[in-house]
Amino acid sequence: MFFTYLRRELRRRRKAALVVASGLALGIALVIVVDSVSSGMNRAQGKVLESLYGLGTDLTVTKAQERPEAGAQPQRPRFEFQGKEDGEEQSSDRLMVQGFQTLADSTVGTVARQQGVDRAVGGLSLVNLKIDGEFKRGQVQRGQGQQARPAGPDAGPGDTVTGGGAAFDVDSFTIYGTDVTAPDLGPLTTSTVSEGRTFKTTETNAEVAVVDSAYAQQKDLSVGDELTVKGVTFGIVGIATADRGQSAAQVYLPLKQAQTLSDSAGKITTIYVKATDSTHIDAVKTAIQKNVSGTTVTTSADLAQTVSGSLDTAAGLASDVGTWLSYAVLLAAVLVAGLLTSSAVGRRVREFGTLKALGWKSGRVTRQVVGEALVNGVIGGALGIAIGLAGAYAVTAASPTLTAELGASGGGFGGGRGGGMVFGGPGAARTAAGRTVDIALTAPVSVTTVGLAVLLALGGGLVAGAFGAWRASRLRPADALRRVE
Amino acid sequence: MYELIGVTKQYRRGQQRVDALARIDLTLAQGDRLVIQGPTGGGKSTLLQMLGGLDRPTSGRVLLDGTDLAALSERRLTAVRGENIGFVFQSFNLIPTLTAQENVETALVPLGVRAAERRTRAAEALESVGLGERLGHLPSELSGGQQQRVAIARALVKRPKVLLADEPTGNLDESMRDEIVDLLEGLCAEHGLTFVMVTHDSAVARRAPRLATIRKGRITVRENRRTTADRSVVEA
Repeated sequence: MFFTYLRRELRRRRKAALVVASGLALGIALVIVVDSVSSGMNRAQGKVLESLYGLGTDLTVTKAQERPEAGAQPQRPRFEFQGKEDGEEQSSDRLMVQGFQTLADSTVGTVARQQGVDRAVGGLSLVNLKIDGEFKRGQVQRGQGQQARPAGPDAGPGDTVTGGGAAFDVDSFTIYGTDVTAPDLGPLTTSTVSEGRTFKTTETNAEVAVVDSAYAQQKDLSVGDELTVKGVTFGIVGIATADRGQSAAQVYLPLKQAQTLSDSAGKITTIYVKATDSTHIDAVKTAIQKNVSGTTVTTSADLAQTVSGSLDTAAGLASDVGTWLSYAVLLAAVLVAGLLTSSAVGRRVREFGTLKALGWKSGRVTRQVVGEALVNGVIGGALGIAIGLAGAYAVTAASPTLTAELGASGGGFGGGRGGGMVFGGPGAARTAAGRTVDIALTAPVSVTTVGLAVLLALGGGLVAGAFGAWRASRLRPADALRRVE
Repeated sequence: MYELIGVTKQYRRGQQRVDALARIDLTLAQGDRLVIQGPTGGGKSTLLQMLGGLDRPTSGRVLLDGTDLAALSERRLTAVRGENIGFVFQSFNLIPTLTAQENVETALVPLGVRAAERRTRAAEALESVGLGERLGHLPSELSGGQQQRVAIARALVKRPKVLLADEPTGNLDESMRDEIVDLLEGLCAEHGLTFVMVTHDSAVARRAPRLATIRKGRITVRENRRTTADRSVVEA
């Protein structure tokens, strides 16, 4: 009887049921779309962050910034050119540690032993700066009637110097010394080897290099070619293409080679850490900060705070306005559904009064009302899920492009930031290493989201039913029958 | 069967107290037939609701087979209604979305009768009121008389001890009125039911062996000398 009565009532009150279900459907659809877009934002942010430090890295450890000693000059690259013959070419090839801050590679082991750390891998970020050019001496103009001749110490009062100067070419590229024994962790994982191969785990000290595709194109390099760094020739074994945005470095070398070339034996700039449980990253960060002194630990969450641009704006809108809006609509829909259900009970006073007179207990009448509201909720939920999925699909199909600007405010993630080379003191590389990444927004709908929608639909139906049930349960048969006389 | 002792029902209408029933004493034996008459607002329907356990008196006792309905919990009272008392209303009070058969079945639901037996008994009850061919019809597809027949079948299908009818012919034309009254009387006699009917219709009232009149909450009961035994008088 319950189902027969339910079916007939829903069929009779089709329009009212549709209004209730549509309201719930709208709210649920909004929840799904906003939730999936938020997931898409998070995924996009995750991809942006992955583009910096690679897949699987939960946090990085770098050397903490040190205050220069009193009177000491901040570290910066220095070039010295000898006074040679006029027009003679001079050059300087410098290989420097990015940021000039290094950690002992034994720190990797210390970090790896911390609680919650699954694996830790060290890397060394370098900048190669090559300057080639020549000085040209100026011409001394003697007083009247005298011949001009190159400026020299014998220039006397009244002479003027004209012309002269210097012309230098500056060529710089970034190098990342990678731990070839851990190919699945660290900056090289942000790129895919598009030609040739990556490092073999045995090539710990081999003279081989993997080159970023953009740099290879710029320098016309390909697999099998050679690349000279500080006089050492490396065979190019692979070309790597960054998955998105810029690559972590332009040239990748085995860590030991990078250390030797830069006179940084036993030193690294960054430790890439994978946590055993990605939900307890803050605890791992605390443990490392406490137990490994003189380090700065940066999590992806820290780095996410430095993301700005349209991605950040959209993520903020989705999480703030979108979430509130969708829940407000859902709440309004549930309230409207509740009022409509209650009003429907009001119109059925005689019906329920009669049933109670026939011996139907209040519970049975209440169940009937709640059952009808619940079915409305289920219909609304199904409609809402369908509309929500269609909305999420539409967002994914449209794939609007969002721009993420990273790390412009400093405090960057680790030291392996490509293109971040600048002149200047320690820390300069960190502040200037901002980059822009374009990400296509998707709206993935998870099972959890659909589950949430189902729960909201049932909850909405139950709340709406509760309104009606409360009214029906208070109905006394005598009052119900008296009202129709 | 029924014994009402000093039953009083008071309502508040704003600041005013209304005595719908004032110290009513009434006894009905098993199989008795009583017709209640009186002016509108006199307390007829209130008395019927007291008898049916639909309302509770302000004071006094309503004994049905020795059980005081006024003292029962809501749950027990509902059960007593479901098992012992059948109702027929002026407006039929059928569930508009259910068929005639399903409407009759609703009276068996509180008794926990299985679906198959419910269907069979409902069909038999409808057959007994002459609607065997209309089982699957919705109330909107039936005439007023037919709808009241469905309501009578619904009241009797559970084999109650008492049948209470509140203006059962109030919405029917004369020919249909007689048909329904004949049917009610016949079925009550057949099943030995105690039958109490409220009516404004003097023609219907004259057929009852006992006639009660309620005015301003007070009841007077008299034996009707011109009963169904002398139907020609009524019909005249």
